[in-house]
Amino acid sequence: MSDFTSGFWSWFISAIAGGGIIWLIYMLVSTNKMDAEEDHGVPTEHVWDEDLQELNNPLPRWWVAMFYMSIFFAVVYLILYPGMGTFKGLLNWTSIKEYQIEMDAADAEFGPLFAQFSETPIPELAGNKAAMHAGGRLFATYCAICHGSDARGAPGFPNLRDSDWLYGRSPEQIETSILYGRAGFMPSWEVPLGGSEGVNEVASYVMKLAGRNVDENLATAGKARFDIFCVGCHMPDGTGNQALGAPNLTDNVWLYGGSPRAIKDVIAKGRSGKMPAHKDFLGEAKVRILAAYIYSLSHESDVE
Amino acid sequence: MNDETMTYDYSVVRLFALSTIVLGVFGMMIGVLIASQMAWPVLNFDTPWLSFGRLRPLHTNTVIFGFGGSALFATSYYVVQRTCHTRLFAPALAKFTFYGWMLVIACAAITLPLGYTSSKEYAELEWPIDILLTIVWLSYAVVFFGTIAKRRVSHIYVANWFFGSFILTVAMLHVVNSAALPVSFLKSYSVYSGVQDAMVQWWYGHNAVGFFLTAGFLGIMYYFIPKQAGRPVYSYRLSVVHFWSLSFTYIWAGPHHLHYTALPDWTQSLGMAFSLILLAPSWGGMINGVMTLSGAWGKLRTDPILKFLIVSVSFYGMSTFEGPMMAIKTVNALSHYTDWTIGHVHSGALGWVAMVSIGAMYFLIPKLFNTKIYSEKLIETHFWIATIGIVLYITSMWISGIMQGLMWRAINSDGTLTYSFVESVQAMHPFYIIRTGGGALFLMGMFIMAYNIVKTVMQGKSVPAVIPEPQVAH
Repeated sequence: MSDFTSGFWSWFISAIAGGGIIWLIYMLVSTNKMDAEEDHGVPTEHVWDEDLQELNNPLPRWWVAMFYMSIFFAVVYLILYPGMGTFKGLLNWTSIKEYQIEMDAADAEFGPLFAQFSETPIPELAGNKAAMHAGGRLFATYCAICHGSDARGAPGFPNLRDSDWLYGRSPEQIETSILYGRAGFMPSWEVPLGGSEGVNEVASYVMKLAGRNVDENLATAGKARFDIFCVGCHMPDGTGNQALGAPNLTDNVWLYGGSPRAIKDVIAKGRSGKMPAHKDFLGEAKVRILAAYIYSLSHESDVE
Repeated sequence: MNDETMTYDYSVVRLFALSTIVLGVFGMMIGVLIASQMAWPVLNFDTPWLSFGRLRPLHTNTVIFGFGGSALFATSYYVVQRTCHTRLFAPALAKFTFYGWMLVIACAAITLPLGYTSSKEYAELEWPIDILLTIVWLSYAVVFFGTIAKRRVSHIYVANWFFGSFILTVAMLHVVNSAALPVSFLKSYSVYSGVQDAMVQWWYGHNAVGFFLTAGFLGIMYYFIPKQAGRPVYSYRLSVVHFWSLSFTYIWAGPHHLHYTALPDWTQSLGMAFSLILLAPSWGGMINGVMTLSGAWGKLRTDPILKFLIVSVSFYGMSTFEGPMMAIKTVNALSHYTDWTIGHVHSGALGWVAMVSIGAMYFLIPKLFNTKIYSEKLIETHFWIATIGIVLYITSMWISGIMQGLMWRAINSDGTLTYSFVESVQAMHPFYIIRTGGGALFLMGMFIMAYNIVKTVMQGKSVPAVIPEPQVAH
């Protein structure tokens, strides 16, 4: 697609760019011509502010040479590369082509390294040293920014080293999470629960499910509400549903923080979590290695 | 003729000269604070208006427009009168430019920490402040060109060409780039979108450097170096060629801020080609500044003001070599988004802009208050502290930036990246600390200067300066 709305602009750009360069050359040539030996070191006739004067020394020759060289470079560059409007340049170079060439070269060199693992089962891959080294670097580049350098997560971003998995910790489930991403959603319950009092009660019951000491009266009231509003996703026993990504509330692991205030905040306002899809971005071979690496983290004791 | 018309109007020059010092100290204090925040993030204090993201634009606005702007107003009002042998045109309007400009800076100091920003680098101020700035700037143009118009010498002195081109171009840049659609009193959206917005922004951004921080300060150089050295300008011819080539070429260089982005390839190529051509026009200014000293080199040993001025021109030459080099696409692929850029900017901002302004103020302020500088020795001390500070600043950022760029592109034998982003940040930490130290030294120099200037002003008094008859051209 052309960058110009009409052919005029291509000519416009070329004319002022080319004309400007010609003008620079003309200025250098004509100023050099004006040079006269007898002017060197002699002030011009003008005097300002009592003692300000100007000599009329010639342009330093090395400077003029440098100027011409940079102009020469620019002219050659603009003949070889795109620059003068729609003129594509003799090399027919584009940044997209350069990118594609480099990506293709990288794929040709490194693709087989990753492809050789595509048939290996993930648990087995998790024991492969070379694959796990690559996986660790891939994790540091693409995953650590949210899940942390140590993969222990951050508020809103799951810890990948524990046994609590929103969407399951089987090799296939981990691979699916990375390939296609995940979108977790919990609606805001403040209004359905009748305001902060209801939120408070449900929070107390949820903390009781996790085995924490709470006000029994509040928790009992909260259970009544929980059984109406929350069981659909979190299940009657509060153990959650991996098909939906609804967290297990009984294990005292809290994605958005475990303080009473944080729990109430989640219930009142809801949450929306997003793990992006990596299939097109990284390709299946790299995702498989990543899945194996993450599998190895969460099964450290099993692997070793 | 009454007394008024026979003397120069220094009142507004005095105000701007003093605000140069005050805003220099203030802006650089914020600079040292945000440099410390990079080294020790705890210094953000978990307070939004004290955080790096809000204070960084305040730093740039205060040093560029507050400190640099005041220096430009002060020197241009002084120089244009002295070299035109006439009193300032529309002195009341000139006074308005002072109070208006200070109001702009005050608004920046309030709105930026509160988070009001147009998000355009070096043009963060929201639309009501932009309009005020436009009015002040047009008034500045009226005063400056009005004074030129009533000059009593036929030839316009070279410093005034540079001041003039700086005033005209900055007006154009500011109005075009800040064009926005207001949606509320302190919120607006740029009238441009996508890559065009980016291009307009960097057309502005680069020429803010080219005309605000270069052409304007070359105007300062062309008056204060020959004056302080007592020598004529080296080459009139060179000044003509480098003035026109600089003014023409700078305007094209903006796209080098957007290499390897969505900007069309042809735009990037033109930006790079003209950035390289720009080396010679820039060095024309350096040659004229340094060579003006030929025949008086010995003064450099004894005259600390001249040291400031000549070292500033040397840093100018160095940064204007580094700039075109960084504009080459393959170099830019390494340097872009790294600390190298920060180092480059500060070798220009501290080494060139601040040093030449400081030298000019040491020359100017005693004259404005009809006295001598309180202590030459303190100028010398200031010079050395500032120079060491700059060297620490830019070398640490060079090392840090090049290391950062190399770490980002390092790959293992399996094609994965050798370092994660946070590992590169960790490696930069020692250099952040050195940079903070360099900045702190430079700030310390500004405190010494402030002390010296306060003492100087206290021992002097404002005496009207009589306009000498211009010497008739032969």
